[in-house]
Amino acid sequence: MQVAKRIAGQPGFRDASAVLGTEANKKLLAELGYGSGQGGELAAAGPNDLVLALEGDAAAVGAVASDPDLWLSRVPASSPEKDTGTPEPRSLPEAVALRPDCSVAVVSVPGEYAAREARLALREGLNVFLFSSNVSVQDELALKTEAKERGLIVMGPDCGTAFISGAGIGFANAVRRGPIGIIGSTGTGMQEFSSLVHQAGSGISHGIGTGSRDLSDAIGGISTMSAIDALESDQGTKVITILSKPPGAAATARLVDRFQRCSKPVVVCLLGSGAVQSTRNLRSAATIDAAVGAALEAAGAGAPADLLGESEPVGEMALAQISKMRPGQLYVRGLFAGGTFCYQSQAIFHKAGIIVHSNSPLPGMLELADPRESRENSLVDMGAEMFVEGRPHPMIDATLRRQRLAQEGNDPAVAVILLDFILGAISSRNPVGDLLEAIRGVQDAARRRGGHLCVTASVCGTDEDAQGLQSQISALVDAGVCVFSSNARAASFCREASLLLAQRRERR
Amino acid sequence: MPMKFEELLKGKPVFVNLGVRDFGETLREAGYEVVIVDWSPPAGGDPAMAALLDDLL
Repeated sequence: MQVAKRIAGQPGFRDASAVLGTEANKKLLAELGYGSGQGGELAAAGPNDLVLALEGDAAAVGAVASDPDLWLSRVPASSPEKDTGTPEPRSLPEAVALRPDCSVAVVSVPGEYAAREARLALREGLNVFLFSSNVSVQDELALKTEAKERGLIVMGPDCGTAFISGAGIGFANAVRRGPIGIIGSTGTGMQEFSSLVHQAGSGISHGIGTGSRDLSDAIGGISTMSAIDALESDQGTKVITILSKPPGAAATARLVDRFQRCSKPVVVCLLGSGAVQSTRNLRSAATIDAAVGAALEAAGAGAPADLLGESEPVGEMALAQISKMRPGQLYVRGLFAGGTFCYQSQAIFHKAGIIVHSNSPLPGMLELADPRESRENSLVDMGAEMFVEGRPHPMIDATLRRQRLAQEGNDPAVAVILLDFILGAISSRNPVGDLLEAIRGVQDAARRRGGHLCVTASVCGTDEDAQGLQSQISALVDAGVCVFSSNARAASFCREASLLLAQRRERR
Repeated sequence: MPMKFEELLKGKPVFVNLGVRDFGETLREAGYEVVIVDWSPPAGGDPAMAALLDDLL
């Protein structure tokens, strides 16, 4: 992942990918127009080969292509095994033989091999964090059923984040430990929730990712149920929070039944759904921010008022921004690295009766015919499958989002751009820095047209993250970006702006 | 030795990493024990062959 990013950052490059030569990756690269020229090297590549796909000026591409080893060998060898010369195990059973006390397999191999490795891990007695996507529903069901029978758990597939006894796995932020447990089918949702809890002075006992489909009726919430059992037994957990997209009907009924028997307070945040009624022991929250407030309260830690943004005059702030715009600036465009932020923003717009286009539409919203082209108000998940196949996620590599930002900035009908920046382990070392030049570029372009482009952002993370929350926020503020402390707050501001822009459209 | 999920939450986990090295190295930098597998696709990259071999073994 880092090789491609480093190459793409060189002058003369528009894009770069580094992927294994699996059939799925080769098909995708062919669809992107790679490998159609001479040589047929792409067709000849096998799953054990690394394919570098480069797009840019002929001279720049030629320079890398003439000596690819130079780029590959510049990856720092930081693992102790490599440093000491001890060979690394070549398979999971070899690894378990080396460390019989290992307890969690972190699996991020290509999708077509993921179920096999996860199954091997379960049979070795390991719990599984399964980052890989493109695992079939049938395989997921079989893996989770086997895990349950063995008293183990499969977190995933498509699981981005977990916190187990203080260990942040995958895309996780540096948060302190505390009394609040999380169960989440949404990685960025868990990151936002845990970061806001940390910022409020409390902490996370454990965060158990379940994979995006766990609460579908096809899977039936097998991992969610195991996670509830475990957190209910865990002495360090005082309150259990569940973050998810709306579950299936049967899974919802099972969840509600289980919550009613739970001995600990439960906070439920099913984004875009009001399916669960609040009861004495169960608080339903419409946004991640509201879930944070409810969880802090249930854990006996008060939620600071400013954390919930109740006093923020978003309507006045939006009016001040729009008053600087040209009459033809009419629409909001959201470009998200975090899929959950795209989803939550849609839910906030939907509640105000605003219909938007999206490549990942909430029920009631409109599907973008071409995810690469925004229409009117559009909220785009840049981490969706079509944007990440064969390339790093936008949380790691901002190339596609940078290009899309410039594209939106060239549209004179755009009034507001909504962005998210996600800090933490694995993420880009400087998420804001990756887009800063592009942000200034679109602001300048709007000024040259005699208008004003309102760039709005939220930053998910903590000051203990390597990127530093405050320094990332300061860089945005210095660039004239409207920065909010959560995606829900940024989206609420954009909702107000969108309502004002709708009035403007009606007057035209 | 198998560690049931509920037991896992009581102690310090030990990890095996298969795939993207960054996941394992990040955990290692945070002070956790991680065995990083030098993973490559099984059975020469043929998933069907790998499944067949798994069944045979």
